[in-house]
Amino acid sequence: MYPMIKIEGVRHAYKTPSGPLPVLDGLELSLNEGGFVAVVGPSGCGKSTLTKLVSGLMKPDEGKVMLHGEVVTGPRNTVGMAFQNPVMLEWRTILQNVMLPLEIVPNKLTKAEREDRARHLLALVGLTGFEDKRPSELSGGMRQRASLCRALVHKPEVLILDEPFGALDAFTREDLWQTMHKVKENEPFTGILITHDLREAIFLADQVIVLSGRPARTQYVLDVPDTGPRDLDHLYTPEAAEMLAVLRHQIEIAQGRASAEEVAE
Amino acid sequence: MNPTLQKILVPTAAIVIFLVVWEFIVWAAGWPNYKMASPSDLLPAFSKHWSLFLTMGWQTLWRTVVGLIIAVIFGTGVGMIMGFSRLMRDALYPLLVGFNAIPKATVVPIVALMFVGAHDFNTVLIAFMISFFPIAVSVSIGLSTLEPEYRDILRSLGASQSTIFWKIALPKTLPEFFGALKVAVTLAFIGTNLMEIVSPHGRGLGALFDSGKTNSDYPLMFAVLIALAALGIVLYYIVVALEKVFAGWAERPQQ
Repeated sequence: MYPMIKIEGVRHAYKTPSGPLPVLDGLELSLNEGGFVAVVGPSGCGKSTLTKLVSGLMKPDEGKVMLHGEVVTGPRNTVGMAFQNPVMLEWRTILQNVMLPLEIVPNKLTKAEREDRARHLLALVGLTGFEDKRPSELSGGMRQRASLCRALVHKPEVLILDEPFGALDAFTREDLWQTMHKVKENEPFTGILITHDLREAIFLADQVIVLSGRPARTQYVLDVPDTGPRDLDHLYTPEAAEMLAVLRHQIEIAQGRASAEEVAE
Repeated sequence: MNPTLQKILVPTAAIVIFLVVWEFIVWAAGWPNYKMASPSDLLPAFSKHWSLFLTMGWQTLWRTVVGLIIAVIFGTGVGMIMGFSRLMRDALYPLLVGFNAIPKATVVPIVALMFVGAHDFNTVLIAFMISFFPIAVSVSIGLSTLEPEYRDILRSLGASQSTIFWKIALPKTLPEFFGALKVAVTLAFIGTNLMEIVSPHGRGLGALFDSGKTNSDYPLMFAVLIALAALGIVLYYIVVALEKVFAGWAERPQQ
C-alpha cells in the first residue's frame, strides 16, 4: 500500500537573471489516503512551489513527487485546487462556476447529474439559495466557500489549499474551519493545506510540517493527536497551547531567530 | 418617470436644447450662413439633396463598417499574439505605437497614390488603419492580465491552451474589447471621411462635403456634418447593444 502523496528528496531552483535561486532543498513528505497535512514556514520559503509540484504544474529539478506510488510527470486531473484569491468567472453563476471542472475533466455525468453534484456541495458549505447569483454579489467568505466546492466537484484524490483563508477576517475564518471539517466528513479527501496560521494548522490538519527558510527543507513534523472533526474549544486546551508553542519555536528557528541548540536544551 | 421613457426623453431633450441654443446664437450674432449655418438652414439642405444623402450616407456607412470589421479581426489577432507571448509584445509594441503616432491625414494621399482609382479599397484601408490600434491594445492587456490562479486551476485539470482561451481568456477580455470598440467606431468614421474628402472623384458623405465646398453651398457642408454625427451615434449605440448582450455581466448594478 503506497501513501497517497510521497515527496522524496526534492530540490528545485528557479532560473533568474542573476543565476539560479534555490527554493527547495531536501523536501520530504508522506501522507496516507484521507490524511490532511498542513505546511507552515516563513514567507517566501517555497510553500507555493510545493503545490505546483504536487499538482504537476512543475517538475522538480531533483527528487520524486509521487501520487499512489506513481511519479508525477505532468498535470493530472485528480487534483483540486483553491487559492487565497478565490477567482471566479464573473460571467457565470455560482452554480456554473462550481461545475467548471466537470466541463474539463472527462466524466460520464449528464448535465442534470453535474448540477445535482454542484448543488449538493454548495448545500454542504451553506450556500443554498446562492446558486444563481453572480460572484460579484457574494462576500469574500462566500466566494471562498464556492471556490472550495469548485475544487471538490470532480471528486479529486488530492485537495490542495494554498492559504485559502488568509484574506478573511478572523470570525469568517473560524466559520470556514468548521465548514472544512464538515466537508471532509461528507466528501473524504487527502489534503495539503499551505498556511501562515498555526492555530489553523493544528485545528484542521492531523500532521503539521514546518519548512525551513529558503531554500526549504522539511525541518520538523508534528503529529496532531486529535484527528477528525473537532470544535473550536480544542484550540484552548493545554495540549493545543503546547503544540502551538512548539510550532512557534520551530518557525523562529526557520526564520533564523533562534538556533536549534536552544531547543535541545 | 418611467425609466425607459426617461432613457429616450432625456437625450432627445438635450439634442433639442442644443439645436435651439445654436439657432439663437447664430440669430443673435447675425452671422450669414457662409460663416455659420443655423439648424433652420439645414432642413432645406437635407430636403434638397435627400437622395444624395441616402446614397452617399450608405457608401460611408458600409465602408466604415467593413473597415471596422477588418480592424476587429486584425486587432484581435495582433492583441492575442501580444497577450500570450511576452517576446512578441516586446517586439511589436514600439512598432504599433510608432504606427499609431503617424497622423493618418498624412497617410491618406500616400494610399490614394499607391492604389489610384481603387476608391472603395482605399477608404476601407484607411478606416481599418486608423481604428485597429485600440482593439489590439485592449485585447493584449485583457489577455496578459489574466489572473495566474485561473490558469493554474485549468491547467492542473489538464485543460489545453485553446480551452483556457475559449472558456476564460476570451470572455474575460470582452469588456475591455467593447470599450475599445466604442473608440474604434468613431475613429473608423474619421478615417473613412478623410479619404472621401481628399480623394478626387470620391464618393460618400466626405465627397458630398467636398462638393458643398466647391459650390459654396455652406448649409450643405453643415448638413453633412450633422449626418455624420447621426451615423456615428447609430453605430455607437449598436456597439453598446452588442456589449449588453455579450458583456452585460461586467456592468455593476446601479445604485
